[in-house]
Amino acid sequence: MNILVCISCVPDTTSKINFKEGNSSFESQGVQFVINPNDEFGLTRAIWLQQKSGAKVTVVTVGDESCDPILRKCLAIGADQALRINIQAKDGFQVASILSTICKDKNYDLIITGRESIDYNGGMVGGILATICGIPYLANCIHLEIDGNEVDLQREIDGGKETLKASLPVVIGSQKGLVEEKDLIIPNMRGIMQARQKPLEVISPNEIKPATEILTFQKPDKKGPVKLVDSDNIDELIKLLENEAKVL
Amino acid sequence: MKILAFIESQDGDVKKTGLEIASYSRSIADARGYELVGVGFNIDNTKILESYGLEKFYNIETKEDNFFNVESYSDSISLIVEKEKATIIIVSSSADGRYLGPILSVKINSAYISNVVGLPTKYDPVQVKCSCFTNKAYNEKKSLKDRVILSLSSNSFGLKEQNKTCEFLKSTYVSSTKSLKVTEVDRLKGEVSIADADIVVSGGRGLKGPENWNLIEDLADVLGAATACSKPVSDMGWRPHREHVGQTGKPVASNLYIAVGVSGAIQHLAGINSSKVKVVINNDPEAPFFKAADYGIVGDAFEVVPKLTEKLKARKL
Repeated sequence: MNILVCISCVPDTTSKINFKEGNSSFESQGVQFVINPNDEFGLTRAIWLQQKSGAKVTVVTVGDESCDPILRKCLAIGADQALRINIQAKDGFQVASILSTICKDKNYDLIITGRESIDYNGGMVGGILATICGIPYLANCIHLEIDGNEVDLQREIDGGKETLKASLPVVIGSQKGLVEEKDLIIPNMRGIMQARQKPLEVISPNEIKPATEILTFQKPDKKGPVKLVDSDNIDELIKLLENEAKVL
Repeated sequence: MKILAFIESQDGDVKKTGLEIASYSRSIADARGYELVGVGFNIDNTKILESYGLEKFYNIETKEDNFFNVESYSDSISLIVEKEKATIIIVSSSADGRYLGPILSVKINSAYISNVVGLPTKYDPVQVKCSCFTNKAYNEKKSLKDRVILSLSSNSFGLKEQNKTCEFLKSTYVSSTKSLKVTEVDRLKGEVSIADADIVVSGGRGLKGPENWNLIEDLADVLGAATACSKPVSDMGWRPHREHVGQTGKPVASNLYIAVGVSGAIQHLAGINSSKVKVVINNDPEAPFFKAADYGIVGDAFEVVPKLTEKLKARKL
């Protein structure tokens, strides 16, 4: 079985977000980049399939050489090989379209994307990629078991979950629940050493136009200070919520 | 020109988010002089849609297919987009709305813009404000295609009634041949989901253990609120991970968010930032949540929360 895990390099979850060039682009200086958490849940699930049934795990990202350390980390976690599509990511449509050209060539049985990236939160790469390739997509995937060609899946929905069946190939949008936080693999020294020897192929794609363009960024307005209410005066809090905030 | 609104329902009733989508779409239609067309599946009580400004509504019966089938739904909606020549399509930010949008965008060759938080600032092409970096920032995005799907962030526009005479029509359900099929849906009965809730009550590590969650549940109960929790709480297995709100959990965009014993890590705050009013109850006055909250009580949750619950109960009677 061949598995492709699509990786997005995103600012660490604790990063302060700043912009440059008249708020037209993201300031990446001084920002630590990590594997997008939703992708990492998916990568971990893929490694389990590799360990259980010998699946071959390929990781792929769209971006310049600054993404290479993240791909090496994926290899240290256990992926067999890495691909980097050497073009600047502009929007989810462009990224999904570029990924689809790889997927059409290579016949992956399972393609994993994160539910969404934690930077642009578009939540669209998996769905667009799958639909271009003509294969089904399951968003918000919290359960995946493969038996031969058959797949048992679960999707988290608002206020519950849905159970589904499909046949390979499928694309899933991974998230927490597919594996738990404690299951995430921290690379050991052996993994890190091996990762240096594993193939990291750089591909130059054909230009694909994005469907959207970001014009400017803006930070939220500074909010006023918190109104503190004495713990003996709960009536005051209720009054404020009722009359001032008008939420009760 | 036409705008198409995807109206979501559950068990035959239009969901609140469906009415918000109708309200938002009506505002665009008014601003541009467009006709507003709606589409939904298996809705019993369509009358309410006239009060939210729809002029035409396609109700699609799915018959044997009882579940949300994203391929069939998007194929069925594609037919209407083409028939009506709609150029702006509005979907919600619910789990289903965000699932459907990207797939539909390929089928109708449109741009797809998610996390939309306001009305378009320009048209031809559409330009709109969106949240990004999990609510730590916003951006202004422009569609580069003639047709665009906007996924509106829940609770960012609100409900606006406007009466219109609506023509009710039926349309074909296109049954997908793709292999993916839903076999079962397991929805918590009698509980408000975080996505649909006006009020969310959330607990953190300060509650010391899962055995103390009655504090959170009792308060949520009296407010008709959904319950949620912080990441450590779900990681330790005190609460199911469907309750985890924050950057890697669920986003919250309620009118009121009450955090009890939650310190307010940056990842948690990012996830709940779109809530309109935030209240924090924590015994540590240095907890970062106090910087993000609108109202706060520095105090012991085990004393403050039961008192708050009692007083709210008394107020209701």
